[in-house]
Amino acid sequence: MSTIESPVTVPAGVTLPIYMDNHATSPMDPRVLEAMLPYFSQKFGNAASRNHSFGWEAEQAVENAREQIAKLIGATAREIIFTSGATESDNLAIKGIAEMYKERGNHIITQVTEHKAVLDTCKRLEKYGYRVTYLPVKADGLIDMEDLRRAIDDKTILVSIMFANNEIGTVQPVAEIGKLCHEKGVIFHSDGVQALGKIPIDVNAMNIDVLSLTAHKLYGPKGVGALYVRRRNPRVQISALNDGGGHERGMRSGTLNVPGIVGFGKACEIAGQEMAAEAARLQKMRDYLRNKLESALDYVEVNGSWEHRLPGNLNMSFVYVEGESLLMGINDVAVSSGSACTSATLEPSYVLKALGLGDDVAHSSIRFGLGRFNTQAEVDYVADKVIGIVKKLRELSPLYEMVKEGIDLSKIEWAAH
Amino acid sequence: MAYSDKVIDHYNNPRNVGQMDKSSDEVGTGLVGAPECGDVMRLQIRVNPETQVIEEAKFKTFGCGSAIASSSLATEWVKGKTVSEALEIKNTDIVKELALPPVKIHCSVLAEDAIRAAIGDWKKKNGVGETEAVAVAAH
Repeated sequence: MSTIESPVTVPAGVTLPIYMDNHATSPMDPRVLEAMLPYFSQKFGNAASRNHSFGWEAEQAVENAREQIAKLIGATAREIIFTSGATESDNLAIKGIAEMYKERGNHIITQVTEHKAVLDTCKRLEKYGYRVTYLPVKADGLIDMEDLRRAIDDKTILVSIMFANNEIGTVQPVAEIGKLCHEKGVIFHSDGVQALGKIPIDVNAMNIDVLSLTAHKLYGPKGVGALYVRRRNPRVQISALNDGGGHERGMRSGTLNVPGIVGFGKACEIAGQEMAAEAARLQKMRDYLRNKLESALDYVEVNGSWEHRLPGNLNMSFVYVEGESLLMGINDVAVSSGSACTSATLEPSYVLKALGLGDDVAHSSIRFGLGRFNTQAEVDYVADKVIGIVKKLRELSPLYEMVKEGIDLSKIEWAAH
Repeated sequence: MAYSDKVIDHYNNPRNVGQMDKSSDEVGTGLVGAPECGDVMRLQIRVNPETQVIEEAKFKTFGCGSAIASSSLATEWVKGKTVSEALEIKNTDIVKELALPPVKIHCSVLAEDAIRAAIGDWKKKNGVGETEAVAVAAH
């Protein structure tokens, strides 16, 4: 009888469970929480109240946050529109531009590994008569610039390509895309959620016209996001989705979430000061994790470009081991899998499939998302734990045994079910 | 997802892991599922030719915790049963025993398929009548 649970010693200073899923969300930085606290019960005013000090105080806090966020992306404060989060920002950007520029054209270009907030928004627009091109990605997860160049036609009004991918952390050639879009007179929207505060963003140098942002991926609160909307060269206009009080220059009506906005601003301010050092530290730990796993295990593959990648991301397939069973064995470590069994749809990750990975490799993938509060001791613990469980599960895996015996799995007629 | 204690127990301590000589006439081998679907089970039985009792069972599974548990349980249940008794094991019995949620029912179906496939292989080798249809249900 074999036992799967491999006791790995918990190093000093490590508290279980370990959170290593920072692409999903991140813990709030205590400094952010501290900045927010006065805005719940003391400074509770409505930022739209123009005739008393409660309102002025709230408005001032909002304007300060707008500055902090704008500064991190090289924008001006007046170009920041607050929303409830990145899903709303993506919807507002794409639907708002589609509506505003419908006289100019009906063609939108995006790509296949976008977040569902972009893909499903585009699918809805197709029902309303818009034409959408979904560019493929290369095996490294990046789009081919020539594909984009060819896709742009005289009806193209919008290109929406994410900055960095949420599963594989790959960073698209945003500056090249922006340059091409401006040459062609097409608006460039990017979902910048995973990139904000992790790698440098400069909306002017990169020719980004509209950028979706959210607070909770960079150690800020959930429920608050923003949309950068360019005001000059060119001025971009967006039709509102919500009708109401005309907040946020008419683009997004609704009372502002002042404490959330204050937290978002603070999170951006901290990121601006610490990003470079933090990125270097995360990348070092991430590289160490990869090396440790690769030197202990065979049949492991890194998914997506290694060179063009967020510093805290490692997406690896442990071939011949199913992802959910691997997660079950490391249940004191919070990571994600591209396995079908972990998704609501029972389909393996569409992002990994878009890279050309077989379903079997996609089923075996784990996403490690390192963040500000992870330590080297945690990385060591996670690596040891994963190595132990992968080895045990491979003892259980008929596929691993067959491959080791020299059997070509692709030659077997599987009874697909 | 919350797993039942029994699933966790089988996952942590899988029973009867291994392989037997599949060229032996006494051994029946069932290989079901597909890597693309995220689960493959190989279940083997060794049958006493005199008594038709399954004396030994082994498995290996690539799949989620529930798939591992379903096949581990299947090896426990077939052991000591005659071939025809083993064919009476239903996936619903496995669902009940392991308290599998609806989304994991296919794991139990696959385990039932594996039992049937292993018995089918043994019958084929030994020229035993196919009175009991060895159906691998499509699912």
